[in-house]
Amino acid sequence: MNRPLTLVVPVKHVPDAQGERVLSGDPPVLERGPGILSELDEYALEAALQLVEASGGAEAGHRVLALTVGPADAAAALKRALQLGADAGVHVLDDALAGSDAWVTARVLAAAVERIAEEESRPVDLVLTGMASTDGETSLVPGQLADRLGLAHVGFASSLALAEDGATLTATRHTGTEVLELVAPLPALVAVTDRANTPRYPNFKAIMAAKKKPVRTWSAADLGLGPGDVGLAGSLTRVLEAVPRPPRTAGEVVVDEGEGGIRLAEFLVARKLV
Amino acid sequence: MTTTLVVLDTTERLRRGDRELLVLARSLGEAHAALPAAPGDGLLDELAGHGVAAVHVPAAGPGDRLTTPAVALAAAAARAGGARTVLLPNTPEAKDVAARLGVRLEAGVITDAVGLDTDLVATKSVLAGGWTTRCRATSPVLVATVRPNSVELPAELPTELPAGADRPAVHVHEVEDTVPAARVVGRTELPASGRPALGEARVVVAGGRGTGGDFGPLEELADVLGGAIGASRAAVDAGWIGPEAQVGQTGRTVSPQLYVSCGISGAVQQRAGMQTARVIVAVNKDEQAPVLEIADLGIVGDLKKVLPQAVEHLRSLRG
Ligand SMILES: Cc1cc2nc3c(=O)[nH]c(=O)nc-3n(C[C@H](O)[C@H](O)[C@H](O)COP(=O)(O)OP(=O)(O)OC[C@H]3O[C@@H](n4cnc5c(N)ncnc54)[C@H](O)[C@@H]3O)c2cc1C
Repeated sequence: MNRPLTLVVPVKHVPDAQGERVLSGDPPVLERGPGILSELDEYALEAALQLVEASGGAEAGHRVLALTVGPADAAAALKRALQLGADAGVHVLDDALAGSDAWVTARVLAAAVERIAEEESRPVDLVLTGMASTDGETSLVPGQLADRLGLAHVGFASSLALAEDGATLTATRHTGTEVLELVAPLPALVAVTDRANTPRYPNFKAIMAAKKKPVRTWSAADLGLGPGDVGLAGSLTRVLEAVPRPPRTAGEVVVDEGEGGIRLAEFLVARKLV
Repeated sequence: MTTTLVVLDTTERLRRGDRELLVLARSLGEAHAALPAAPGDGLLDELAGHGVAAVHVPAAGPGDRLTTPAVALAAAAARAGGARTVLLPNTPEAKDVAARLGVRLEAGVITDAVGLDTDLVATKSVLAGGWTTRCRATSPVLVATVRPNSVELPAELPTELPAGADRPAVHVHEVEDTVPAARVVGRTELPASGRPALGEARVVVAGGRGTGGDFGPLEELADVLGGAIGASRAAVDAGWIGPEAQVGQTGRTVSPQLYVSCGISGAVQQRAGMQTARVIVAVNKDEQAPVLEIADLGIVGDLKKVLPQAVEHLRSLRG
């Protein structure tokens, strides 16, 4: 393939799911401690890097841009994306964005992707996302972004490749009952699952190189969005209340000394689960 | 009276999750259904039994385009029927439809709902099942995907046309679906297991790395209990079972009456998919395994011994 491609990977900065996560305030929002790049976005970034590497690499003029919408500390997610191999970053940073739902996030991302195409003076060929964020977990943003941008859309792709002609891509998707082989014209948006690849770790050289990579920062107004379009004001969903699920407490623990199976069976009978 | 549109992807039989959506829709007012193609009389009778007033189908079949035909039909049906709420299953496929439908209808979308009251306030499981929120849409229309096993079904499931009832009216829509789309060029059916669908099963028996690749003892237990088979990602990655069996953050979310975890350590990503089960039983040979912290009953032992003994005992009780 000889045409240089522009790939955009939206990435999200999220609280680490290994730690305790708390919703607080009115309306309830997720408390932001030290965060990480949403693990599922690493698969999207890896997919982008592998597609570029398979088509001649950066020398062929391909560009991978990481794009984040989030508060100042979301810069950490961009930094990680640059260390992993993205060529440049875009940070949509605006206090007015706090509390945005999927609808607003997709709207802001769509405006940012259009702006990227303008600034790069070439169209965006492929938007690659994770299958969900690890905090919001809705899986809505990829489909909403595709619909807004009028892109061909493959959700939950477990593999992905560019066709020789440079104008189409192929992907596979597992449903509960089938494996689908898919073809989509470019430009397209593909949301990949954690089956798509194994994300790389940045090495020292990549970490040093990332420091020199450019990051552009845009406000909502830079993207033509007013205060009423974003944040809580622009969102179409409201959280009214949030309560922690009563923690599951350990029940009975029985060490098997030859009767473990019988204990299991008796428990099921006693709980009327048989 | 408000109208709720239920978007289904069947033309033959209703699954448990479909029925739950219809029962929920009826609890809110009038129920309509959108189907990917014209249904047979059997399905129409079942829908009538659930009190569905109108059925919406596209003039042309869905063809090979992914996602967008269902979006276009649902948008047309929601507009024609004046739907205040659109309900879909909580599957990945339906979430893609819900996402795009939200844009078309300028509607707030709520995923992973486990309840919806008559004020259209949804109850939703968030943060890997660790929290529950109540939320609503601020838009005129709400789109929601609802997890299976969230709605009580009547003891008697309607399967035929109720006496004196009419079949629902079938509205055929000329839908315009011309946006760029991915196309399905190949389909491989996964072999049918004869067991219930994982997402909506009342019992799930799940295996991990500790099975060593032999799911035989788990299958026997699943069959005695009428359950589905699930797996951890480690078991899927090892190639012992297909990805459709994976439970967890990047697999299915299940909320069964009973989840039997066998040879699974209980990592946070695994717990994300199963910790809302009503009862959890774990069999693990390591007494430090995190799964034992959330199990109602934990058996510390070798699953290769414990499971066959449990199966034998259950069979003997049954006589
Ligand atoms: C982005 C991401 C997404 C992920 N998504 C998922 C997901 O959706 N679902 C998921 O499950 N994981 C997921 N994981 C992986 C998860 O972190 C764990 O690695 C995985 O769940 C471990 O699987 P396991 O418990 O089967 O294996 P292990 O952690 O290796 O545990 C095996 C267990 O089996 C026990 N055992 C061994 N032999 C026996 C025996 N004979 N009898 C009884 N017990 C025995 C051991 O004591 C041990 O506790 C994800 C990880 C990442 C990074």
